[in-house]
Amino acid sequence: MSQASNKVFAKGWMIAVYLFLYLPIITLVVFSFNDSKLVTVWSHASFRWYVALAQDSDLISAVLLSLEIAGLSALMSVFFGTFTAFALNRYKRFQGRTLLTSMSSMPLVMPDVIVGLSLLLMIVSVQNWLGFPERGLFTILLGHALLGTAYAAVVVTSRLREMDSKLDEAAMDLGCKPMQVFTLVTFPLLVPALVSAFLLTFTLSFDDVVLSSFLSGPGYSTMPMVIFSRARLGLNPTINAVATVTITVVTIAVIASSFYTSHQERKRKREEAQAYSDSNK
Amino acid sequence: MAKTSNFFTSLSAGRLAVIGVPYFWFLLLAAIPLLIVLKISLSEMESTSISNMIDWSHGWPRLTLNFASYQFLATDSLYIKTYISSIKYALITTLLCLAIGYPFAYYMARSPKHMQPTLLMLIMLPFWTSFLLRIYAWKTLLVSNGVINNILISLHIIDTPIEMMNNSFSLLLGMVYSYLPFMILPLYANLSKMDMRYLEAASDLGTSPFKAFWLITVPLSKAGIIAGSMLVFIPAVGEYVIPELLGGSSTLMIGRVLWDEFFSNNDWPMASAVAVVMILLILVPMGIYNKAQAEQMEGK
Repeated sequence: MSQASNKVFAKGWMIAVYLFLYLPIITLVVFSFNDSKLVTVWSHASFRWYVALAQDSDLISAVLLSLEIAGLSALMSVFFGTFTAFALNRYKRFQGRTLLTSMSSMPLVMPDVIVGLSLLLMIVSVQNWLGFPERGLFTILLGHALLGTAYAAVVVTSRLREMDSKLDEAAMDLGCKPMQVFTLVTFPLLVPALVSAFLLTFTLSFDDVVLSSFLSGPGYSTMPMVIFSRARLGLNPTINAVATVTITVVTIAVIASSFYTSHQERKRKREEAQAYSDSNK
Repeated sequence: MAKTSNFFTSLSAGRLAVIGVPYFWFLLLAAIPLLIVLKISLSEMESTSISNMIDWSHGWPRLTLNFASYQFLATDSLYIKTYISSIKYALITTLLCLAIGYPFAYYMARSPKHMQPTLLMLIMLPFWTSFLLRIYAWKTLLVSNGVINNILISLHIIDTPIEMMNNSFSLLLGMVYSYLPFMILPLYANLSKMDMRYLEAASDLGTSPFKAFWLITVPLSKAGIIAGSMLVFIPAVGEYVIPELLGGSSTLMIGRVLWDEFFSNNDWPMASAVAVVMILLILVPMGIYNKAQAEQMEGK
C-alpha cells in the first residue's frame, strides 16, 4: 500500500468506527422528535413525546430517585475510593495488601449479576440476623457505592502516581504535620481527579440496572429499571425522549468538565513555572 | 522527645485509618458476600428459606454440605451448553473488538498530537451516555419494522425485511458495540507511549512496514492487547442486559440463567451455584489481567 492510500484507509477506518458508535445515539435523538406512535416510522417532527414524558409521573419519580442515589453514591465512592488509593499507593508494604488490591478490583471485573447476587444474599443474611436493613434506597446505595469505589480508586490512583512525592517531602521538611501535608499540598492537587471520579461514579450509578434490580425493594424503581422493563416489552417513544434529555445533559457535563480539567492543568503548569522562575531569581 | 513519639503515634494511627477504612469496606461488601454465595450454593432450598448448614440439634455443630445444586449443574446438559455458549460469545466479541479496535487505536495514536484529546473524548462520550439507552437504540434500528429495514425497503434494496433481531447477530453486535471502548482505551494508552525510534531503526535496516508492524508494534503492545481483551471478555461472559434486550430466547447466556434462577424460580442455592461456577471460569482470565497490570505498574 502506498503512503497516500494508507492514510485514506486509516481515515476511513476511524470514521467508520465513530459512525458505528454514534449511529444508535443519533437515531435515538432524531426519533424522539417523531410524531408517529410507531417508534421506527418517521411521520413529522413534534414535541409529542416530550409532553408525554412531562406527564409520566412514574418515570419522573424514577429519575428523581436515580439522581438522589447517584449523587449520594458518588460522594461515598469518592470518599472510600480516595482511602483505597492512598492505602495502596502510600503504603507499599502491609499485611494483606494483595487481598485489598484484589478486593478493590473485584467489582471492576466481576459480572454485574454476580456482584448483585452476592450483595443481596449478604444483605438478606444481615437482615435475618439484625432485622435490618430493609431493601430499598439504602441497599441500592451500598451496591452503587461499592462499584463506584472501585472506579474512583482507579482514577485517584492514576493521579497519585503522576503527582510528585517530592512536594510532600518538601512540605514535611518545611515543618508540615502529616495532616497539614494532606490539606495544604496533596488534597488541592487531587481536586481535579476527585471531580472526575465523582462524575464517573455518578454516571455509573445513574446507568446501572442490574445491581439496582437485585438490591431494590418494593416502591423503589430507578430510572434504568423503569426503562429496562419498558424496553423488554417493546419499543416506546417516551424512552427516546428521556434518552435525548439525558444525552444532552451528559454531553454538556462531559465537555464542561474536560474544559475544567484542561484549565486546571494549564493553571497548575503556569504556577509551577512561575514558582520555578521565582526560585531561580 | 515527647514530640517525636507523638508524631509517630499520630502517623501510625493515620496509617491504620487509611488502610483500615477501605479494608473494612471491601471486606464487608466484596469478600464476605462472595463467601455467602459459596455457602448458599452448598445449602438446600426449603420452601421459603434456606436450610441451615450447621446443625446444632445434636448438641454439637454438624456441618452438612449439600452438593445437590452442583450435581444438577453437572448433569443437566442445558447448563453446560449455556456455559459453553457464553464463553463462545464472549470470545467472538473479544476477537471482533480487537480486530476493529486495534487498527483504530493504532491510527488514533498516530494522528496529529493536537487532535488526539478530541478523538479520545469522542470515544469516551458514548461510554458516558447510558449503556441501557444505547442498547435500546439498537433495538429500534434492528427490528423487522425497524429503522434499517425501513430505509432499505424504501430504497428498494430489499423487498422483505431482513431478520436482524433476537439472534446471535444482534447479540454480538450489541456486545461489540458496548465493549469496543474498553478495548480501544488500553490499546491507545499503550500505543501512544510507544517509542517510534524502534520503527525508524527497523526501516533504516530495510524492514518492510508490514513486517515491522508484526515484529515490533504488536509485541510491544502486548500489555495493551491483554488488558483490553480481558476487560472485554470477563464482563461479556456474565452479560445480562444485552442478551435480554437483543439476544432473544435462542441465544444462551449464563447471566440470564442466573437471573432467571433467582428471580423466576426463586432458587437461591441454584443461582449461587451458577455464580460460583461462573467465577471459577473467569478466575483464569482475571489472573492473567492482574498479572499484566502488575507488570505494567512495575515497568513504570
